[in-house]
Amino acid sequence: MLAHAIFFYVFSIIAVISAIMVTVSKNTVHSVFFLILDFISISCLFIMIGAEFLGMIMLIVYVGAVAVLFLFVVMMLNVAQQKNQWFNSEATSSGHIPVGLIISTIIFFELIIVVGGWKYKPELSDQNTTQISNEISNTHSLGQILYTDYIHIFQISGMILLIAMIGAIVLTYRRREGVKTQSYLKQISRERSEGIEVLEVQSNKGVKIDD
Amino acid sequence: MIEIGLGHYLTLGAVIFSIGVIGIFLNRKNIIVILMSIELILLAVNINLVSFSIYLGDLTGQVFTLFILTVAAAEAAIGLAIIVVYYRNAGTIRVEEIDKLKG
Repeated sequence: MLAHAIFFYVFSIIAVISAIMVTVSKNTVHSVFFLILDFISISCLFIMIGAEFLGMIMLIVYVGAVAVLFLFVVMMLNVAQQKNQWFNSEATSSGHIPVGLIISTIIFFELIIVVGGWKYKPELSDQNTTQISNEISNTHSLGQILYTDYIHIFQISGMILLIAMIGAIVLTYRRREGVKTQSYLKQISRERSEGIEVLEVQSNKGVKIDD
Repeated sequence: MIEIGLGHYLTLGAVIFSIGVIGIFLNRKNIIVILMSIELILLAVNINLVSFSIYLGDLTGQVFTLFILTVAAAEAAIGLAIIVVYYRNAGTIRVEEIDKLKG
């Protein structure tokens, strides 16, 4: 139990500090790296309290895919020149910072009130639709209900990913003018009649070819 | 303090959620950091769902966390694509200079 407490405090302190650094870091690339650190420590917490599959999926999806996506976009766009304009421009005199602090403090205290006043009925956990069992592993039990009870939502999430992929490609696709590329459709849909013409060549006159 | 319960995890979720909201408001630099703050908020929601799922002994919360992960990945991809297109058209992604809609 002591080890649980020590690991919880270590990982949560790392998570909170790196979350703060994501928002206040001057360099965007540093923000992305702190975001990766945040996800890693939260997935360690997930593994620690017994949601191993979700912890591993967080590592794969966020650290492996989303963070790399962020890094590529940060490197493609020229954001490095804007890093010095953080606190010395007219942005500090605008009214956004106190408003943001007030709103986020209110949200924080509301969440704390929810936590402090939260009680659940003991008989409520007997009415669970999907009880966590100790015999089979976390991944096994997730798979048992994910592909049976939640199969429609699972397939809808697959559709969401497909639509997101198509949308990202359509948004960023750019057709350039003046680039000579092969058009396979044109090549294979040629026919003999439009490719070859038999001409009667008359003596002393030759043939005039017009394209 | 030694006994780690549900309240500890919910407090961690609340702290990270508030940091995400602060990040959205404080950010005057570029819009990518705002997307990262949204990812932080979704992460806080995931912490809440997973800790409730573990402490109530109900597996449904973890299934919903999986779907939130899916939606977060799709949202990041589409948002970054929109940012790339905007940068190509306007040449900047500073938050103050994005005023095409005159809102």
